[in-house]
Amino acid sequence: MTGETLVSDSSKVTDKMLPDLPPPANSTGVIGWMRANLFSNITNTIMTLLAIYILYILVVPSVNWALLTADWIGDSRDACTSGGACWVFIYNRFDQFMYGFYPEAERWRIDLTFFLLVIQVAWLVIPKLPRKGLVSAFVLFVYPIIAYYLLYGGSFGLNLVETHKWGGLSLTLILAIVGIVAALPFGVLLALGRRSEMPIVKSFCVVYIEFWRGIPLITVLFMASVMLPLFVPEEVDFDKLLRAMIGIVLFQSAYMAEVVRGGLQAIPKGQYEAAQALGLNYWKMMGLVVLPQALKMMIPGIVNTFIALFKDTSLVLIIGLFDLLAIVQAGLSDPDWLGYSVEGYAFVALMFWMFCFSMSKYSQHLEKHFHTGHGSR
Amino acid sequence: MSTTREIEDKLMVEMRGVNKWYGDFHVLKDVNLQVRKGERIVICGPSGSGKSTTIRCLNHLEEHQQGDIVVDGTTLNNDLKNIETIRREVGMVFQHFNLFPHLTVLENCALAPIWVRKTPRKEAEELAMKFLRRVKIEEQALKYPGQLSGGQQQRVAIARSLCMNPQVMLFDEPTSALDPEMIKEVLDVMVELADEGMTMLCVTHEMGFAKTVADRVIFMDKGQIIEENEPHEFFNNPQSERTQAFLSQILNH
Ligand SMILES: Nc1ncnc2c1ncn2[C@@H]1O[C@H](COP(=O)(O)OP(=O)(O)OP(=O)(O)O)[C@@H](O)[C@H]1O
Ligand SMILES: [Mg+2]
Repeated sequence: MTGETLVSDSSKVTDKMLPDLPPPANSTGVIGWMRANLFSNITNTIMTLLAIYILYILVVPSVNWALLTADWIGDSRDACTSGGACWVFIYNRFDQFMYGFYPEAERWRIDLTFFLLVIQVAWLVIPKLPRKGLVSAFVLFVYPIIAYYLLYGGSFGLNLVETHKWGGLSLTLILAIVGIVAALPFGVLLALGRRSEMPIVKSFCVVYIEFWRGIPLITVLFMASVMLPLFVPEEVDFDKLLRAMIGIVLFQSAYMAEVVRGGLQAIPKGQYEAAQALGLNYWKMMGLVVLPQALKMMIPGIVNTFIALFKDTSLVLIIGLFDLLAIVQAGLSDPDWLGYSVEGYAFVALMFWMFCFSMSKYSQHLEKHFHTGHGSR
Repeated sequence: MSTTREIEDKLMVEMRGVNKWYGDFHVLKDVNLQVRKGERIVICGPSGSGKSTTIRCLNHLEEHQQGDIVVDGTTLNNDLKNIETIRREVGMVFQHFNLFPHLTVLENCALAPIWVRKTPRKEAEELAMKFLRRVKIEEQALKYPGQLSGGQQQRVAIARSLCMNPQVMLFDEPTSALDPEMIKEVLDVMVELADEGMTMLCVTHEMGFAKTVADRVIFMDKGQIIEENEPHEFFNNPQSERTQAFLSQILNH
């Protein structure tokens, strides 16, 4: 239908005089662009030169330090002789930064777990591939069980690896992924509850959402690690990681609920009415008509919450879990590598940035996709 | 006009003293209406007179506060079972089609038979194809609603309702959102449906349709049924002043 309007619009326009258009940008070239934008008058020229100078004094030494005069490979700090960054530190401990204290012989299990996840996510992300519903159901319901047995072990001939040995980037990813995936179904229920006409359900959901959105994650983590054990009998050994995860999921589901609510609001009333008129009951209407449409629109929002959570997971270091940041920090206090904290933190920042940037790019891509209307299917 | 068709004595829809309020606003005032099986009713009236509200009460898209509504022997009350029963028997076509954009035309039609009537998928798809053929759109079955014209979408919406094998069909201004050249294709489908003996309640401003198809025309104003007559009398000899004013407005403009 939009195609038709476009055609009729342009046919109207051709009757009139066409306005003058500026020449296409690339025909004037880089020099033309610079003249117009950077050196159009004296103030602009001074500003431009100043900016170039500031960039120069910031970038050149950084590049020198990080790349040109850096040392990359070696066994100890003795290899760091050139005066630049000592990436030898990262190089030596890279495995630990990725896997924590997970036994070396078992690390293939982590690799396999993430490899499986990447395949499934790729399947969902690549538009052409069929059976997305089935794959989503697998990711949500079957894969977590597989991942649990792969990572934790204790059966199927796999050695048990206790969670206090988990750490590094893999732990960060596990926390963030579990947080987001487990929060999604709760978020959907809370959002539906918040829009419900039953006063008790509705007020419960509103109170829950507003409560968790009102406290910082760091408080939640403290509560989970300090307060929760007070309420359970001492004999019950409540895993520290599990406690953190529960705290994160409870916290995150409140945010997820708001994302879902936004998606639900975007569905026109007519869709509900048509579903009802056909005789679908509430759950079928939601599951077959409303949520499939709403979830698609929610993907950018979900990715954004995921980015926020991914960065927030580094807070678990305060309750003694060794996520990426904590394990790098622990490495920094090793007497053999004292004094390389800049390298350590730069590495952590780079890792976080790589993940967040690519996710944010993907979510922007999706938003554009939905905006142009191709996403309506 | 089809004179061969028979209207049975059985009451399909009955509204007795129905009242409805939106807050303080009294939308439906003492509405009484009886529709027998096979009857075709056209409801007209000025904007805001409560036409949509009346037919939306019949399948409980709106809730009435006073009076009784009985559809095909089932009384509409707050019992969810009764509401579900009635919705299975009553099909509805909306002004803006309300097709499900994430499903293909075929899936749109097969959805309710599969999930409400528990028809096996394959059978439901055959059923869907049968009705898509009837509204002459079977070649679009695998497209998405967004790829169809308004008239095509409305015909799909009619087929989707018919797949549930309804006893009554409600139409709420089914042609008002269509470009003029598409109105006829939808009306043709509706006329055909009427000829097959479907019980129909139709809110429309298409007076041509009312004249040829309707057994009775109902005129509503300010939430009341003002006048009710067979089409010839209704158009040529309107009784109330308000009906006369309304008719002169829409027929002469
Ligand atoms: N949800 C609502 N809340 C409050 N008032 C409403 C609501 N829905 C409808 N109304 C009012 O009820 C009256 C009847 O509405 P209804 O949609 O039944 O009119 P209609 O006869 O179908 O008019 P139209 O020809 O414009 O479709 C209108 O005045 C409308 O403003
Ligand atoms: Mg209306």
